[in-house]
Amino acid sequence: MGKKTKLNGHTILLLITIALFIVLYAGGCIAYGSKGFTHLQTFLNILITNAGLICVTCGLTIVMLTAGIDISVGALIAMDCMILAVGMRSGMNAIVMVLIVLLIGVAFGMFQGFLVGYLEIQPFIVTMAGMFFCRGMTAVICTDQVSITQQTSAMFYAWANAKINIPFGGYINSKGKYMVPYIRPSVVIALLLLILTFIMLRHTKLGRSFYAIGGNAVSAAMMGLNVKQIKMKAYMLSSIFCSIGAICYCLNTMAGSVSQALGLEMDAISSAVIGGTLLTGGVGNVLGSFFGVLINGTISSIVKTNGKLASSWPNILTAALLFLFIVIQSVFAMLRNRKK
Amino acid sequence: MKKDSFWKRVTGWSLFLPVVSLLLVMAVNIIHDIAVGANPLSFFMITLRQTTGNGTILYGRIIDILNRGSEVAILAIGMTLVVSSSAGTDISVGSVMSLCASFCCMLLAGYGVSSATTLACPLIVGILAGILLGVICGMFNGTLVAYFGIQPMVATLILYSAARAIGLLLCNDLIVYVRNGTFGIFGGFLGVIPTPVVIAAICILVMTLVLKKTALGMYIQSVGINGRASRIAGLNSKRIIFLTYMLCGLFAGIAGIVASSRITSADSNNIGLYFEMDAILAVALGGNSLGGGKFNLAGSIIGAYTIQAITTTLYALGVSSTQAPVFKAVIVILIVAIQAPPLKAYMKRRNMAKQVKGAA
Repeated sequence: MGKKTKLNGHTILLLITIALFIVLYAGGCIAYGSKGFTHLQTFLNILITNAGLICVTCGLTIVMLTAGIDISVGALIAMDCMILAVGMRSGMNAIVMVLIVLLIGVAFGMFQGFLVGYLEIQPFIVTMAGMFFCRGMTAVICTDQVSITQQTSAMFYAWANAKINIPFGGYINSKGKYMVPYIRPSVVIALLLLILTFIMLRHTKLGRSFYAIGGNAVSAAMMGLNVKQIKMKAYMLSSIFCSIGAICYCLNTMAGSVSQALGLEMDAISSAVIGGTLLTGGVGNVLGSFFGVLINGTISSIVKTNGKLASSWPNILTAALLFLFIVIQSVFAMLRNRKK
Repeated sequence: MKKDSFWKRVTGWSLFLPVVSLLLVMAVNIIHDIAVGANPLSFFMITLRQTTGNGTILYGRIIDILNRGSEVAILAIGMTLVVSSSAGTDISVGSVMSLCASFCCMLLAGYGVSSATTLACPLIVGILAGILLGVICGMFNGTLVAYFGIQPMVATLILYSAARAIGLLLCNDLIVYVRNGTFGIFGGFLGVIPTPVVIAAICILVMTLVLKKTALGMYIQSVGINGRASRIAGLNSKRIIFLTYMLCGLFAGIAGIVASSRITSADSNNIGLYFEMDAILAVALGGNSLGGGKFNLAGSIIGAYTIQAITTTLYALGVSSTQAPVFKAVIVILIVAIQAPPLKAYMKRRNMAKQVKGAA
């Protein structure tokens, strides 16, 4: 019984997501092969630009599994980046700043989790207030754009520019030079986090508790789970992952500014939804969310490679995909209900 | 005993919290005025003032709050209905506002024109087309939520990200200016009164009448409390949810036209930015549960103006517009935490314990 029932429903949704990513990417390769879309580096660039988003989406998937939502992530990234930039400008050590940012993530997530879990305030309102708070705090710290240069922190600069070469998949460019494909350290962090989250959700008590609470909080409580505490932990994890994401994000942008990561929370939510996570909780897979991020990244990469399309096209295409996905999801749900 | 029951009646009033928060904001203003040595009642002063552009107009901080808060108040009407019927929020209203404004200005100026002094089509056609587009957006959201059974936030997420982008496409990535006196009237002044205030008042009046004189208000609440039971009682739950989203789109369209007329242009990137948050906040501040069911329209409207009063007060206190959200966040958390169910239950237990002690 066990194995056969596993393959329908949401596993199929995950397979559709992966298939769609492959189709999209193959389409990009066929259409823009001459512009270098087929090189391994194009794919790695998608990973590099979206490293922060992958971390954030992992955290957000956990929160969404508990039937909650966290829209404070984009603003938290902006605040973290600003703290990193301003801290390093005033001569602080990069490692100390990274630790401070992680601590802020823990504290911020704990507070939000307390409000949601113990005071039972709607997650949307709590995290919206969190969003306002972080965005405003960023402006309180500094209203200008602060950039991190080699002078302000040599260590952070070195991290940002470190290249991890990959031994295969290189190509010879127009000047006849062999280009070795590379990734940045932020990609390694993001992928490690992804694997950790996957294992945690699959194989640990805490991970399974998230699913149980999202599926049915009342019966989870009857089973003896501490619903309030687990909810709080979900928001804490989301904010911590978001802070790790902020560090990855900062390694890419090397700056802090008020308008950074504007609307990133919606990118993360749409990635998770495309990946098959339901906002009603209890259903979802962090691997799906990862492919959701990759699909979003592929779309903007295709639009960028084309070069002639208006800048608003990635938004419209992502929205169209989201539309397609939720209609497929709802059709699946209807079919299942009919079977019952 | 008598005093106690009066206190209870006041705190039990459904508009208690929204009104108290509005009064608090006013109190802060009065204290600030006394502190800087100005007339303590200058917050409430309304004067007639001569301006170069608009002739004689009403002037004062209250008028300013009423004027600037109009868009959020208009949005809050639709948002209240959506929250009540579907226990979810429509996060697309800000983007839809921007889309409607872009479409309206595109029609009035002509495609690809960035600045027009003569209208390409009659004013009324542009305005109605803009509002109609809002209704269509509302219908799209409504279809997804009501007939496909998709969670409201995900369904409206589509237009949240797409509507603004489509608006940019319509405007050819430009800011379209309509430099024609007649278009500016909707965000300007009608005689001495700001037009947005009049438009908001009309919207509120019409909607109140519809809700009071027809059974629609009751239907919406009953669908929100228990959609299945309402279905069995003979209500078409799906159609009612669809209708609330359509109305929300309609009000988003109207708010979009007002916002764009205020600056006589369609600035797709900035019109309605974060307005969905303010509208949802207004609903929550009005004492409405975001879990659906019973709603209080008056509360939402007061909530909308409270938000604007907070913003205006912060500006008066010298806080910059980028830093203001910090205070907004703190205020929101305080207000919502007071209303939190566990705290309320705790207070109730304590009161009961007191009564038991008194009886013994």
